[in-house]
Amino acid sequence: MRALKAYARSPSALIGSAILIALLVMGLGASWFYPNDPLGLAGRPLQWPGANPRFPLGTDPSGRDIAAQLFHGARISLLIGFVATSIAVVIGIAIGAVAGFYGGAIDTALMRLTEAFQTLPNFLLLLVLVAVFGSTMETVTVAIGLVSWPPVARLTRAEFLSLRTREFVQACRVQGLGDAHLILREVLPNALPPVIVYASVVMAVAILLESALAFLQLSDPNVPSWGNLIGLGRNVLRTEWYVSAIPGVAILLTILGVSLVGQGLNDALNPRLAGSR
Amino acid sequence: MSRLLVEGLTVRLPRGADRDNAIENVSFSLASGEILCVVGESGSGKSVTASAVMGLLAPGLSIAAGRMALSGEDLCALSPDAWRAVRGRRIAMVFQEPMTALNPLMSVGAQIGEMWRVHLGLDAAETQRRALAALREVNLPDPEGALRAFPHELSGGQRQRVMIAMALALEPEVLICDEPTTALDVTTQAQVLALIKDLQKRHGTAVLFITHDFGVVAEIADRVAVMRLGKVVEEGTARAVLTNPQHDYTRALLAAVPGLHAPEPRALSPETVLEVRGLTKTYASRGLFRRRKPVRALDGVSMALKRGSTLAVVGESGSGKSTLARCVVGLLGSDGGEVMIGGAPLPAKRREAARRVQMVFQDPYASLNPRRRVGAQVAQGPIAAGMAAAEARAEARRLFTLVGLEAEATDRFPHEFSGGQRQRIGIARALAMKPEVLVADEPVSALDVSVQAQVLALLRDLQDRLGLSILFITHDLRVAAQLSDEVAVMRNGVVEEAGPIRSVFAAPRSDYTRSLIEAIPGRALFGA
Repeated sequence: MRALKAYARSPSALIGSAILIALLVMGLGASWFYPNDPLGLAGRPLQWPGANPRFPLGTDPSGRDIAAQLFHGARISLLIGFVATSIAVVIGIAIGAVAGFYGGAIDTALMRLTEAFQTLPNFLLLLVLVAVFGSTMETVTVAIGLVSWPPVARLTRAEFLSLRTREFVQACRVQGLGDAHLILREVLPNALPPVIVYASVVMAVAILLESALAFLQLSDPNVPSWGNLIGLGRNVLRTEWYVSAIPGVAILLTILGVSLVGQGLNDALNPRLAGSR
Repeated sequence: MSRLLVEGLTVRLPRGADRDNAIENVSFSLASGEILCVVGESGSGKSVTASAVMGLLAPGLSIAAGRMALSGEDLCALSPDAWRAVRGRRIAMVFQEPMTALNPLMSVGAQIGEMWRVHLGLDAAETQRRALAALREVNLPDPEGALRAFPHELSGGQRQRVMIAMALALEPEVLICDEPTTALDVTTQAQVLALIKDLQKRHGTAVLFITHDFGVVAEIADRVAVMRLGKVVEEGTARAVLTNPQHDYTRALLAAVPGLHAPEPRALSPETVLEVRGLTKTYASRGLFRRRKPVRALDGVSMALKRGSTLAVVGESGSGKSTLARCVVGLLGSDGGEVMIGGAPLPAKRREAARRVQMVFQDPYASLNPRRRVGAQVAQGPIAAGMAAAEARAEARRLFTLVGLEAEATDRFPHEFSGGQRQRIGIARALAMKPEVLVADEPVSALDVSVQAQVLALLRDLQDRLGLSILFITHDLRVAAQLSDEVAVMRNGVVEEAGPIRSVFAAPRSDYTRSLIEAIPGRALFGA
């Protein structure tokens, strides 16, 4: 409750929440605003925004409605961001928790694995995964999740390392409780706040990664994602720059919204900061 | 004449705190060559008083009313720049925690030298010469070596001596000591107190000494001010306040000071419930490039606890007493020897071991999970052992009333309880497992003296009612004397002396035990 109040008092958190809610409305209401297939031919290609009242944001080089793609793309971007983040956070917490709680050889093995992932630039790894497993929506989302977990694991491990020696954890050991209880009920709830905050960063990066893939035309071409739209505008960047710029601004606002929410969460969940506000 | 004069000082707390003012209408005067002890329990405002006089109030606190004067000069009117010239030079401070009060990256010599460099602008050779003299004056064993040493290379007592040398470097008019000996062992505490008193006499410094311990007051004070909830409730000469207290609160505090009176010996059961035989534990540091000398925390320790009695394990920091406690409950594995509980070694399986031995932890703030209801934390052990959840919860409520809390309190979170109440919850949690042996690791050392007495009384009462066998770990002989039947004095991982507590305290055989007893502050007043 206290954290919720602190969150509601932070202006950045409120702005971020407003942006994200607007995006959610766009994504969820896309079929209602634009019931036709957003990838279907709608009119003459490359009409400037405002030139034709039917297309307030213009049309792309194939004659598809940019506004419709933007609305449907919000759904795709948020979905990819959310699912990929969930995958990354679940893998990261599982590996970090086990490594931090048990320490010793298990920790060493898991941390070397984590480092192996971290030493590869994650975009390159993502390209390899997509090249091998194909570029459907599902594989792209899972691949983004798979390359994003190492920082989550390191963060969780650091929290576990300091929490596992606390007296309340030792007290539970003496009470005869099993490791599963210690990890899930005692340590994890106390380790979560910084991980939740970091998840907002993972989500922003996941959305960017998908856009970057789409820009290289390596993402699923059969879905109306923002990245695809930017990719389509690449060839006409010097004359009809709005094709790339409009989805670019949408991505910018999304990342801004996610980051502001993350900052708000940080302020709300960090007891030292919450007290001074 | 009075060096430091404080009149009607009121410091306001930020809105939303538990009271309006941290301190209210506090007045005292401090003459040169005098030691004024400000005594109080946690939350009494004694530390706020000290930081107000230093001009170092925490953010959010502000002086609402009152006057402070140093040798007649008004301190409240000083600008931040003028304050900097006063602090260190005319008013100096020694802090509680010698581990964190020194900069870990600067050598001791450089830190002391900084005082003369910053305030007087002396050159390097002169500051080194003066630093060496200062370290000699505080009786450091190897002053030349200490000059080059870094803080982590010194012990806690040595660090506190360095702090005192730094504080006195510029011959300040007023020295403020904020619990300077609380973090130290009892023998070190006695040495540091003697040092402060000796230096204060020689330099004629006025000392404002903040403490919670009436034993320390009896050792060092000329005059005493007793604080409670931000107000001075009694002030007078040390003799008058200690022997003839006027205020009820002072009387209650003095009554709560444990004396070294062991209780009447009881008939002890012949049955041994816990036996430790030749227990050995070595801490080896496993580094790839550097191997430190392994530390023998326990070196062939043997002791026995009779059923239904209390065995106190007494020792200073580093004596191995906490390692012993952790080995007995199975949190640490030992390297040799054995722990027998009820005639059998401690089972390897955690769930079975929990029925045999339980532990009460030292820190009431760290030993409860802040995010779970306290009732659930008490009930979870029996539930894991196979008790039905509803039954375990009912048992938890019953245990809460047993330790003096309301049964409804099981639904609250730890932060809603005071330190003493949390320690009661810790005891209830341990009792929920119905253990044969209860290990209490410094259960009262983080509590105020009046709360300490209540928790000790509770343990004693529970022992009478439930026939508990308690292994009581403590650094404080006075606390040990309150409820123990037998005592084992540990030093450097070895049991120095063991026996019935009365005979050990009345006629200690080992020199070390004797030095521990002699170092108890206020022994002359509170009785040995």
